[in-house]
Amino acid sequence: MQASSSKSASSAPRGDRVTGWEHFPHDADIGVRGWGATPAEAFEQAACALTAAVTQARVVPQSEVRLTCAAPDLELLFAEWLNAIIYEMAVRRMLFGKFAVRISDGHLEATLRGEPVDVARHAPASEPKGATYTALKVASDADGIWSAACVVDV
Amino acid sequence: MDISRFTRIEPATWRMEPSGAMSVPVVIYADETLLQEMDDKAVEQASNVASLPGIVRGSYVMPDGHWGYGFPIGGVAAFDPDRGGVVSAGGVGFDISCGVRTMLTGLFVPDVMRVQRPLADSLFRQIPAGIGSKGAITLDAIDMDAMLAGGAQWALEQGWGDEADLERIEENGKMAGARPDSVSERAKERQREEMGTLGSGNHYLEVQAVAEIFDHTVAAAFGIAEDSVVVTIHCGSRGLGHQIGSEFLKEMVITAEARGITLPDRELACAPVNSEVGQRYLGAMRAATNCALANREILGHYARRVFAHFFPNADLPILFDVSHNTCKAETHLVDGKRRELFVHRKGATRAFGPGHASLPLSLRPFGQPVLIGGSMGTGSYILVGDERSEGKAFSSACHGAGRALSRHAALKQWSGRKIVDELAARGILVRSPSTRGVAEEAPGAYKDVGAVVAAAEHAGLARRVARLRPLICVKG
Repeated sequence: MQASSSKSASSAPRGDRVTGWEHFPHDADIGVRGWGATPAEAFEQAACALTAAVTQARVVPQSEVRLTCAAPDLELLFAEWLNAIIYEMAVRRMLFGKFAVRISDGHLEATLRGEPVDVARHAPASEPKGATYTALKVASDADGIWSAACVVDV
Repeated sequence: MDISRFTRIEPATWRMEPSGAMSVPVVIYADETLLQEMDDKAVEQASNVASLPGIVRGSYVMPDGHWGYGFPIGGVAAFDPDRGGVVSAGGVGFDISCGVRTMLTGLFVPDVMRVQRPLADSLFRQIPAGIGSKGAITLDAIDMDAMLAGGAQWALEQGWGDEADLERIEENGKMAGARPDSVSERAKERQREEMGTLGSGNHYLEVQAVAEIFDHTVAAAFGIAEDSVVVTIHCGSRGLGHQIGSEFLKEMVITAEARGITLPDRELACAPVNSEVGQRYLGAMRAATNCALANREILGHYARRVFAHFFPNADLPILFDVSHNTCKAETHLVDGKRRELFVHRKGATRAFGPGHASLPLSLRPFGQPVLIGGSMGTGSYILVGDERSEGKAFSSACHGAGRALSRHAALKQWSGRKIVDELAARGILVRSPSTRGVAEEAPGAYKDVGAVVAAAEHAGLARRVARLRPLICVKG
């Protein structure tokens, strides 16, 4: 998934499926929500929302980082996924704009593509500290569309 | 919010009796307007806290209370380890030991205004702020563990600070009981190049003028006078604290379920104080506290270096350095007995009254300075601890203005560039790598800090000493 430069909801039809992300308000911090045909797509989209909480500029997918994480249920796995991205952003001083996720039996494997932070171009607004379990929800609706959401402390 | 659920027991004290799983009441300190403006979710969160094992006396909300995660921001709760009391990673939050330090300069407004622009530019260049910024310090494994054990004491041993600073920092600059071996390698890796960085969001370094004095005796004892200038730094334990918070949150959720602790909200992940994971968390959290104390000491040193360039005779002694995201073991009087409790303050400031043994002799007759960050447009406050706060909220007070609007709503309403220009027209210089970050922190996004501190005073939590107005604001 490619992170949109929009700060609000985006949706992109992909064949007969719909994917997208949005921010939702929280008093002190910011909510991220992604949706797609599978939990993996919803996770990818929510990661785009996480990046968009930091920058509205385009993030060039010039290098690749792989990561894995695990948790006993999908909701904890979602928070773990966002925390794993936050960790890579922090230690590599990078931003990521493209995400490819595979989920199997509580294990997640992902490839992140991005570039080093360029303060002048990205003008990063906030620094995600961690994914909270507040408003944490991973579920599918009646149409089978999966969404993944939580509040991120910034 | 509908305030009919509350009984007004004093002019600025509201009580909601326990119901359902709650074992203690929710007590909110606020005036009627602040209470009405408070989010229902903050009350729901305070009610959830009231149901945690071993909670003592009440689940308290300070006048700046608002919807947080797990605990409300402005939440205070104490737990008794001898009665199954818990320590909660969610209750402390991600920015462990985030706090405020204020330093005196001995300068007055005209001195600073003569060099306001170059001083602002120099501070912005010298204080690494925001994402992508890098500190000048890299710690190897040995230095990392020494920092985590030594806090601000470690920082000054490295040459970043003065011996005289320590008595003006909580815990004398070094949190006892820190266990660097309980901190993961990932947390340490995240901190390796982060020492001496400010962070972003609502973290800042401000040069402020004393705009109004409320208590001249205490102000004189604190070394402040009208139109005198201070430097205030707001930041915390950076990536290390964030990583510790994330890791223990997950572990405590999983182990709480295994222990049969029913969590009303997963964000309230907790473990008994007297458990292996509880003790391990306390050791790691105290190490993160030392990281925050060391970081503010280093940033204070950088500020001194910049000021020395412009004002060779200014030495910037610390008024006080106090954290507002903490869990501290403290002794409090409960039902006539002194008990050791684990007091969680999430966006709430410790506020010891006069005579408290932990205060240095120079402050003891007056009480602890309580530093309240406002917004970059409206200003900040210095309060002093009130002895009545011990019985009201385990010696706690508010920590800031509290947000009135989400970042989301602030972005829709304001342009960062315009705010910078408007503040400049009012004589306040803002320096930030991100205009969007400035918009998210717009002065209008915050509650009226004046109403918050007035409510804290009316409630008997802390008394106003001085109001500060910003001259220079460096934001991450």
